[in-house]
Amino acid sequence: MTHPPYLYPDYASTVLRAPSRPPLPMKDDPEAAELTGPVFGRGEVDPLDADLTAGHAGEPLGERIIVTGRVLDASGRPVPDTLVEIWQANSAGRYAHQRDRHPAPLDPNFTGAGRCLTDGEGRYRFVTIKPGAYPWRNHPNAWRPAHIHFSVFGTAFTQRLVTQMYFPGDPLFAFDPIFRSVPGPTRERLVCAFDLDVTEPEWALGYRWDVVLGGTPMEDA
Amino acid sequence: MTTPSQTVGPFYGFALPYAADWELAPEGHPGAVTITGRVLDGAGDPVPDALLEVWTGEAGARGALDRAGTGACGFGRCGTAADGSYRFRLVPPTRPYLALLVFARGLLKPVRTRVYLADVPDPLLGSLDPAGRATLLARPDGQDAYRFDVRLQGEGETVFLEF
Ligand SMILES: [Fe+2]
Repeated sequence: MTHPPYLYPDYASTVLRAPSRPPLPMKDDPEAAELTGPVFGRGEVDPLDADLTAGHAGEPLGERIIVTGRVLDASGRPVPDTLVEIWQANSAGRYAHQRDRHPAPLDPNFTGAGRCLTDGEGRYRFVTIKPGAYPWRNHPNAWRPAHIHFSVFGTAFTQRLVTQMYFPGDPLFAFDPIFRSVPGPTRERLVCAFDLDVTEPEWALGYRWDVVLGGTPMEDA
Repeated sequence: MTTPSQTVGPFYGFALPYAADWELAPEGHPGAVTITGRVLDGAGDPVPDALLEVWTGEAGARGALDRAGTGACGFGRCGTAADGSYRFRLVPPTRPYLALLVFARGLLKPVRTRVYLADVPDPLLGSLDPAGRATLLARPDGQDAYRFDVRLQGEGETVFLEF
């Protein structure tokens, strides 16, 4: 099993939101709408949206990083021209969201949302700052490990993925039920790798993380 | 080596919504219908921080993110309001259903279902008992309007699908 279960009581919000019945398998409909998906045009996404450190009066506070990788399908083929959206807390662990009550400072030079289309080889690349860990109310003294939220489309609606990317060696992994909801070693797929080749001298640390989308039933057949 | 899913969390609201994201078709577009409804949890309470995505299966004349161009597109997005409500305006596709994904805090992976705009002979509808079938049928709600609620858990739980 790659994905976490719906019901994972250590993550308290799953208890009233997890469906009680397993989803109905849909295996035998080659005409299903879900086997197709939206297509994105180059003109619909501004290339500047991939730089989360830009667009404000000044530079955001925090550790500047580059996050890059490829979007691949289940057989390892790159997925070009697909939409990748990210959002994250600032370096102090605060989201630019009105319902975030964490008493850490907002950064007037950082919103924390970006998007891009993958290139012909399925590559995406964002410039941002390393997000901070933040507390949440799931259990006493609960803290989320630093993470960047990712939303990826792929070529079929069946491949649609929303997930979170984590940073290597975070001491909060052992205590985070959202990270730990993914079974066993599979959860390591959520952790990016530091990469000196992505790192730019005198400017930004580089991290690499590939996103592998699930297969469609037609491909598995 | 598929990448595992993680919850969309409570704070997607400043990132994923985009201008007129729920309007796949502009107001007054010929043939367009409105679908409204609520997302409810296992206690029957509204889910105020869900994100719904609809895909009609037909790309249409304008881009999935483009709300300035003429014509309709096949993809839309809507975050739920404080009362758990959402809405879409779209052109019904040739197929009798819309594909729907629901993301939320507390959902470690999305739930997916179909919104049937007509009770027609269909392999999926035909495979369900009457109670399950009813959860996939949008209710006509005035002219060119439908209602469709998503019940994540419990009584009247929506039939969810896995591909
Ligand atoms: Fe988060």
